[in-house]
Amino acid sequence: MSDTTRDPAIDLECRELTKYFGNFCAVDNISFSIPAGSFFSILGPSGCGKTTLLRMLAGFQEPTSGELSIKGRSMLGVPPNKRPVNMVFQHLALFPMMTVGENIAYGLECQGVDKALILQKVQSVLERVGLPDAINKKPDQLSGGQKQRIAIARCLVLEPDVLLLDEPLGALDLKLREHMKVELKQLQNQFNTTFIYITHDQSEALVMSDQVAVMNNGKFEQVGTPQELYYSPQTDFVAAFVGENNRWRASVRGAEGAVLELELPNGMTFKGTAARKEAFGAGDLVDVFVRPEAIMLSKTQVDTATFDNVLEGQVDCLLFDGANSRVLVKESNGNHEVNVTLPQTGEFNDLQEGQTIYLGWQQAQAKCFPARDFSVEE
Amino acid sequence: MIPTIPQSRAFKSIYAGYITLFFIYLAAPLVVVSVFAFNDSLFPSLPWNGFTLDWFFGDTAPRKGLFHEEPILESIGVSVFVALMVTTLSVFVGTCNAFLFERENFPFKNVLYILMLLPLVIPGIILGISILVFSNTIANAVENLIGWDWEILRPGLFLVVLGQFSFITTIATLVISARLRKFDLTLEEAAMNLGASKWHAVRTITLPYLRPAMIGAGLIAFLMSFENFNTTLMLVGSDAPLTITMFDRLREGSTPVLNAVSLFLMIVSGMLALVNVMMQREKQ
Amino acid sequence: MTGHNHFRLGLVLLMAPLLIWLLSLIFIPHIDMLFLSLSEKVAPRVYETGLSNYAAFFNEPLYWNTFARTAVMSILATFLTLLIGFPVSYYIAKMVRGRVRAFLFIMCMIPFWVSELVRTFGWMILLRETGVISSFLVFTGLSEGPVELLYNDVTIMVGLVYTSMLFMVVPLVTTLDSLDDSLVEAGYDLGGNGLRVLRKVIIPHAMPGIVSGCIVVFMLSLGNYLTPVLLGGKDSMWFTEQIYTQFITRFNWEQGAAFGFLLLILSSLIVWGGLKITRQTLSNTMG
Repeated sequence: MSDTTRDPAIDLECRELTKYFGNFCAVDNISFSIPAGSFFSILGPSGCGKTTLLRMLAGFQEPTSGELSIKGRSMLGVPPNKRPVNMVFQHLALFPMMTVGENIAYGLECQGVDKALILQKVQSVLERVGLPDAINKKPDQLSGGQKQRIAIARCLVLEPDVLLLDEPLGALDLKLREHMKVELKQLQNQFNTTFIYITHDQSEALVMSDQVAVMNNGKFEQVGTPQELYYSPQTDFVAAFVGENNRWRASVRGAEGAVLELELPNGMTFKGTAARKEAFGAGDLVDVFVRPEAIMLSKTQVDTATFDNVLEGQVDCLLFDGANSRVLVKESNGNHEVNVTLPQTGEFNDLQEGQTIYLGWQQAQAKCFPARDFSVEE
Repeated sequence: MIPTIPQSRAFKSIYAGYITLFFIYLAAPLVVVSVFAFNDSLFPSLPWNGFTLDWFFGDTAPRKGLFHEEPILESIGVSVFVALMVTTLSVFVGTCNAFLFERENFPFKNVLYILMLLPLVIPGIILGISILVFSNTIANAVENLIGWDWEILRPGLFLVVLGQFSFITTIATLVISARLRKFDLTLEEAAMNLGASKWHAVRTITLPYLRPAMIGAGLIAFLMSFENFNTTLMLVGSDAPLTITMFDRLREGSTPVLNAVSLFLMIVSGMLALVNVMMQREKQ
Repeated sequence: MTGHNHFRLGLVLLMAPLLIWLLSLIFIPHIDMLFLSLSEKVAPRVYETGLSNYAAFFNEPLYWNTFARTAVMSILATFLTLLIGFPVSYYIAKMVRGRVRAFLFIMCMIPFWVSELVRTFGWMILLRETGVISSFLVFTGLSEGPVELLYNDVTIMVGLVYTSMLFMVVPLVTTLDSLDDSLVEAGYDLGGNGLRVLRKVIIPHAMPGIVSGCIVVFMLSLGNYLTPVLLGGKDSMWFTEQIYTQFITRFNWEQGAAFGFLLLILSSLIVWGGLKITRQTLSNTMG
């Protein structure tokens, strides 16, 4: 054990955690700590190493190197059945041959809890997850959302220090998933247990989490609140992965502090801001990220006058999707295409393809990173 | 107890040791049978007197090899004949059964399905005697009524074929049904939509799809028939299949020619099994 | 109307082979055997209906002792096969992957592509007085002189377990294979140790495979003839030998038919009981 004094409110801490499979580095030197009672998400595309990381926390993988401790106690070499963490598996892993009650009682029996007390605890946790009558049902008699709640109840009844959740919403249909997001967050509040949630779905991570770590290629790109990730991404990967973004390659014509004068290959110029504290010089290539919802759409030129950047273009394509509707706007002199959110205020309901339209956005909304080729796949 | 659960080194080595012992147990009898086929001795036992191929190619007593031992060669011929008959019959009936149980609906289907499974849970020797008794009853009745002696219903190859067929058909049915169950019915509907008749669609689409399973079932049927002992023992007449001949020899006291026959059998059934495995792989 | 008739004709044609097979080779022969077992020879060529063949079974201790012994030994063999085969099946299904797994599985099957006669012959070469193991014991000085390892109950058991192993391993591997790894992981994650996960998660999941394996193994042991005769010798006292003796040696078919029926009843009872206890059906156990 190291002699550094630990914050008692830290539930889980990893230092320089690394996992190799042969020559492949799945988890690359990750350090982080999670305060007690928080909802912490690890968000990343598939194959980024998040499942490996979670399985190391649960004890199903041993780290190649690094330290992992829970409530100040090192977990290295501790088998999964002796760790104060429990896991909600991706496909829930409810025991199909047991009833709901037996599923929940399983862990308590392992701890050698008295039979009468077990029954009492099982009933109480079932009430807390809102399924007081499910005790004698078999898992396959439950709906998807109910199974979810039982899987969580089965863990929470053991009062673990940390609850690990391995994309448990992935198998649910869209409507139910939206509903379960809210419910999971409420359960976490109600039980006040530390949740570590891994997902490739940014919306799940943003809605539920106190803190989100964006993971890519075995490393954490950025750890922060959902707002921080969304409003001030610190890497181009985070900018591209979290939320929607227009991504343009541009060259720097001049710099004034963090404000950059940019030029697109088709000659169009506009202003942007360096996202980090890097200095850019004329001629540097940058990737510019502008969110579709940060761009003002207007039918008349006047409205855009107050913006740092304005653009006149034609509606190229309408992608109607209710509240998520988009417009692809083609710049008037040149082929540059901009993806803009369609405000549902009623004003644009009659928008036609080919119609002339004006766009405007602030320079602070155009975030610049050094140019780099990569792709984001979920 | 799966690789992702950490286990102590001692547990892992004990487990691996156990598995090794198990496979030695499985291999030991087969290995000794094969090895002693080459022992230059009149008995299949130690000491090792040196290597010889006499038990395959020797042509004078007492060292008559497998390929010059007429009774054994004859009984191999008998076994092949019986196995071919059983295979043809059971694959044909098995295919009909598969279509019946997978495609049709009729009253008492479940009852009939369970009856179809029953031959698997009836001991082979009882299948043998019941068929022996019944065929004898018919033969006697025929003799009493019209005075003919139906030789075919007395113990002999015809009864051996029927006896083996009576339970091998269940296995063939299960193998072929399993594949028919996975068949996408819309393929047949597509064929009929393109103008094929029902029978033509089955013949050109479904049966080719079933062919791997039919060949697989055929191989299994052939092997099971070739190796069958219990049912055959009760029904056999003067022409003995190989297993019966070998059994009689074994009781008399054996020479390594039996090892040679055994090795020969292992190689043949190994090859059949290999074909079966390759078929399975192709199927996937 | 014509379509309907056509359909019925097709059904009849499809069903004909099945009915002919089941009726003429299974159903009627067993009924006939039952009648034969109920007829007594009162004088040459004169028969009466009666239970004397069954009475003979219960009055002659040799018969029912052999019967009981066969049943008990078969149950023991089934149990041993399960005990030995389960860890192996689990190893193949869960501990190894890919090529190793396929290799081990094929290794398990190989002995059973070979005739039972050959396998039994192998055990005879290994175990008899002049056999490999006996010679080895003498050679290493563990034994003063040659040892006869054949012709005792342990040898019969070794042979029965060996002969039945495949029919236990295949259904077990199949059901264990369908056990989701995450269920085992969940069992540990919630605090269970190996034994508890085995008892609460793995064995309940494997139950259908265990039942179908046990049923087949029990039936094969009960109906086995070769192994007791060749490995157990003259004193092996297996019930199938009695049936063979009555039919072939003594030509007392009435008595043999009664014995056959008793064996069939025992085997059916145990199969039925096994299915009832574990709430399985024959269809999903065999099919």
